[in-house]
Amino acid sequence: MNKRKLLAGPYLVWAAGFIILPLLIVLYYGLTSAEGGFTLANLLAIADPIHLKALGESLLIALGSTLISLVVAYPLAYILSKLKGGKSGIIIMMFILPMWINFMLRVLAIQMILSNNGLLNALLGFLHLPLQHIMYSKTAILIGMTYDYLPFMILPVYNAMCKIDRDLLDAASDLGAGKLASFRHVILPLSLPGVVSGIIMVFIPSISEFAIADILGGSKILLIGNVIEQEFSLSSNWNLGSGLSIILMIFIFISMAVMNRTDTQEEGISV
Amino acid sequence: MKKTLIDLIDITKSFDGACVLDELNLSIRENEFLTLLGPSGCGKTTTLRILGGFVTPDQGQVIFDGQDITNVPPNKRNLNTVFQKYALFPHMTVEENIAFGMKISGKSDAYIKDKIQYALKLVNLEGFEKRKPTLLSGGQQQRIAIARAIVNEPKVLLLDEPLGALDLKLRQDMQYELIRLKNELGITFVYVTHDQEEALTMSDTVVVMNQGYIQQMGTPEQIYNEPENAFVADFIGDSNIIDATMIQDELVEILGVKFPCVDKGFGCNTPVDVVIRPEDLILAAPGEGRMDGTVTHVIFKGVHYEMEVLANGFEWLIQSTRSYPVGTKVSLNVDPYNIQIMNKPASEDEKAVAIDE
Amino acid sequence: MKRSKVSFLEKSYVGLIFFLLYAPILILIGCSFNASKSRVVWGGFTLDWYITLFQNEEVISAVKTSLLLTFSAALLATLIGTLACIGITVMKKKSQQGILTVTNIPMLNADIVTGIAIMLLFTRFWNLGFFSMLAAHVTLGVPYVILNVLPKLNQTSRIIYDAAMDLGASPVYAFIKVVLPDIMPGIFSGFLLAFTISLDDFVITYFTKGAGMNTISTMIYQQARRGINPEMYALSTILFLVILMVLWIVNRITASKPQESRD
Repeated sequence: MNKRKLLAGPYLVWAAGFIILPLLIVLYYGLTSAEGGFTLANLLAIADPIHLKALGESLLIALGSTLISLVVAYPLAYILSKLKGGKSGIIIMMFILPMWINFMLRVLAIQMILSNNGLLNALLGFLHLPLQHIMYSKTAILIGMTYDYLPFMILPVYNAMCKIDRDLLDAASDLGAGKLASFRHVILPLSLPGVVSGIIMVFIPSISEFAIADILGGSKILLIGNVIEQEFSLSSNWNLGSGLSIILMIFIFISMAVMNRTDTQEEGISV
Repeated sequence: MKKTLIDLIDITKSFDGACVLDELNLSIRENEFLTLLGPSGCGKTTTLRILGGFVTPDQGQVIFDGQDITNVPPNKRNLNTVFQKYALFPHMTVEENIAFGMKISGKSDAYIKDKIQYALKLVNLEGFEKRKPTLLSGGQQQRIAIARAIVNEPKVLLLDEPLGALDLKLRQDMQYELIRLKNELGITFVYVTHDQEEALTMSDTVVVMNQGYIQQMGTPEQIYNEPENAFVADFIGDSNIIDATMIQDELVEILGVKFPCVDKGFGCNTPVDVVIRPEDLILAAPGEGRMDGTVTHVIFKGVHYEMEVLANGFEWLIQSTRSYPVGTKVSLNVDPYNIQIMNKPASEDEKAVAIDE
Repeated sequence: MKRSKVSFLEKSYVGLIFFLLYAPILILIGCSFNASKSRVVWGGFTLDWYITLFQNEEVISAVKTSLLLTFSAALLATLIGTLACIGITVMKKKSQQGILTVTNIPMLNADIVTGIAIMLLFTRFWNLGFFSMLAAHVTLGVPYVILNVLPKLNQTSRIIYDAAMDLGASPVYAFIKVVLPDIMPGIFSGFLLAFTISLDDFVITYFTKGAGMNTISTMIYQQARRGINPEMYALSTILFLVILMVLWIVNRITASKPQESRD
């Protein structure tokens, strides 16, 4: 029996070498100066107005795309979960399919539509409507992120909805609940775990995103991801980059803790 | 005779082209414990779901207390269901589950609190208010489901195989519990099961169903002692069902031997089915009965022995408190009033006609 | 079972979202056949972009790198992850939880941090190159394999493993003949997830790739910054069709298996 444990060995070594050790190195760089002495300067650098603004904008755009995704995906998942039988599998597959299309290609597609001489403006021009200069703005980044991450919201919410036992809806109805009450007291609270994982799956990549901002935002808009990326690719200031990464990580773990809190609380007060 | 509470009139329902119920007619009286009994796929659960409002019949009417409720949604019906897998809300405590229906109908907090206490006491689960249903045993969940239904004071409680998931001992306890509950509440129970013992133990009226038709409806005694056809005889308890010929009134020929019986009106030389319950067959010394045979199997069943006797080419099932070793020559005898004569069904349609009358 | 009907309004909503999701992709595909370099003017049908695509050394090498990287990363992740699951199930609850917490880190952490961390490791102790990319992709993929295989192992395999041993099978034989087929669907979907996540990844690849090396993602990124070449549209179309085909085949395979009966 103990021999079986050894099979986990390669993974344990791998996890130590490629999960824990790299994070320790980030921690080391983040807490030291270029000369090698201990410092908190790299962490405190987040208070720098440029960095703070970048973090604020990242947060704003991430929250925005998470919220829009949720608002769009929730009713969609609800409707899809009502479909029955063989065709529902194919339909949900089609909504998830964009997830399998290369991330960069999806950004590219949005770029084509939004750019100043792109399809959207061609269409607006054809209809004699005022042209829009969405490209290289926060709106463009928001649209790009929402488009990119929407399937990540649809799937977990849909899965949570499908797991709801249809008998529970019959029971609610049997006990006098109309459609609205059934939704509020049964479907909504029971789909919440899916909503939470959907939010996590959209929010985390959104807040640390830099490629979408790079392509759709031009160099005009700096998100926290761009700041970190540039510290490594342009300035080669690994210490500062690592320090800001640690801040970002802390930020993400705090948001996740908050999410999980609300989840369990909601469960308790659902009646 | 008690007042009729529910009338199902000419109910027909198909799913995906397969007919589940065909012109079903059924009356349920006030304060009655009525059981729909039959094998899976016989239409009993569909009948219950039509009563609950979860299924709308293709044709026919559901009359409840003089009102046509055929198209009334479940949440507007004055009856409640105990679901097969309980369907307790997993995100709510026991208390919240029970309060659900009363909160929807806008009852006061004090009323709800009282009712919860009353209901938990009724199902012997006082002190379980704050528990989560997922952490309870099957039997406890069952009781909570019942409590959740009855606090709404329905006129009818629908129970969909509620004991199916429980073990034997618990099931027997719950049977008594349900009878007690029904008597205390004084409401109508409509109960669905495939377990004939459950049906016979608890019901005032048993409705035996098969393939969308009612095969027989009556008291447990009638169903057991006077099955109207081979299906009912076979489904309820063990029995010997044999092809026979009705020679004339009060005389039937079984496997070449003439037996006196009490049935009349089948005509002369008519092919019929005969049912003889295993406990009604009397064993005697060879030559003393009407038909001689040999014991081929003996099993001890606790209350009695169960034996198989080969006589005139038929394996007779016999229950007796006395055992005979395998190989013993015996003779069979039956009292005339223990021979139940049934018409042979010519076709599916004829079965239906037999029910309608 | 009766289910509530889907109304016309609901259908329209589903249709609208569907349109918004696919319109950009369809436009990409349309542009790949457009003779004009402009995105809005139709200059007639052409397959030129496909022809030049296959003559473009940069594209060919990026596709090759992507395929090699993705396949080897997914295979390695599946192997390591599956073995880990088998080992983990016989461990104590506490060690199990500890390992699973560590396993969750690459899934929950921001990709940019994971990418930077592995980049720092390699630049500090080795060099960036194919192996650093592979290490990063395997690290990213293993959690998804474990997530898919572990629940399968916990479910039934314990009982049937014991049953096989009871019938006289050796542990290894019991595992290969009984447990492995049982958890195969989990391994398969774990592999598929690791594969798609690796193929789709941009951020981690961006940080861990060696100089002059490109996967499809990083190549498109570079191109998108300096003005896109219509060859990329052609590449998108081909990728889209390949994905469509793979999913269709996977769907056929899973559909032909007997489904679990409900109700």
